[in-house]
Amino acid sequence: MCLIARYLEQRGIPTLVMATALDIVEFGWPPRAVFMDVPLGHGGGPAFEPGRQLAIARDAFAAFGRMKEPGGIIHLEHPWPGGEGWQDAASDDGAEDVRQPRDLTPRYQMEADRRLAEAAAGD
Amino acid sequence: MTVEYMKTIREKYSKLGYAAYGWHKAEAAPPWTALAKPLSDCKVGMLSTAGTYAAGQVAYFYKDDTSHRVIPSHTPVAELRFSHLTENYLPDARRDANCAFPIEPLRQLANEGVLGAVADNVFSCMGAVYSKRRVDEELAPAMYEAFASEGVDAAYLVPL
Repeated sequence: MCLIARYLEQRGIPTLVMATALDIVEFGWPPRAVFMDVPLGHGGGPAFEPGRQLAIARDAFAAFGRMKEPGGIIHLEHPWPGGEGWQDAASDDGAEDVRQPRDLTPRYQMEADRRLAEAAAGD
Repeated sequence: MTVEYMKTIREKYSKLGYAAYGWHKAEAAPPWTALAKPLSDCKVGMLSTAGTYAAGQVAYFYKDDTSHRVIPSHTPVAELRFSHLTENYLPDARRDANCAFPIEPLRQLANEGVLGAVADNVFSCMGAVYSKRRVDEELAPAMYEAFASEGVDAAYLVPL
């Protein structure tokens, strides 16, 4: 995402990256970033917590409006519900990694999605 | 303590026999475009790299898919899906799409006037592209054209 942020910014579109992996976003060094220390896959916030999700987006855009120099990363204080135990699991390099093969087959979340997409393609 | 994702992922992939993923280290300071007006007057776009698609669209494939999806910003979250190489990060987003594709908070901020508007269409791509060249030559230019076609004043970028 950092490569895309830099590309957009270079061409005149201001960007903000909502990062949840601090080492990765520091490595990629985008024009503007906020960082929230939560599990990957939750840049929008925890599931089914619309109040927290809205507060996160609100804080992210407040930071967007404040940032005046390139390369800054503002840390947002939105602790993960349930504490920091998730960090041990995320740091476990022996943990299970569920994935399907890296090939050219579209990987639908649901079989019904495949049928819908194939029907749309046939129209 | 923050999680050392690059170290953990390298070690995990090595153990599992997966190809090593190479993050690109930026050496030069990033470019900068100032906001031309307050966010309350801006049309804001969004891009997620979580492999989001709307029901009826084609899902992503997992080998360096540099395509993107154009998703109407009024799409109900119940119609949003995810296909991304690292499926272990997707279970919550697959239950509540706002976890990785926070479109409802964006719409709410526009309703409140914090943002001027949400673009008519927002975007997704599949982030786990192993080829930097293909990101530079295919994905990034396509995303620029997509945002430009929406006439956005600012882009909110949400990595998986």
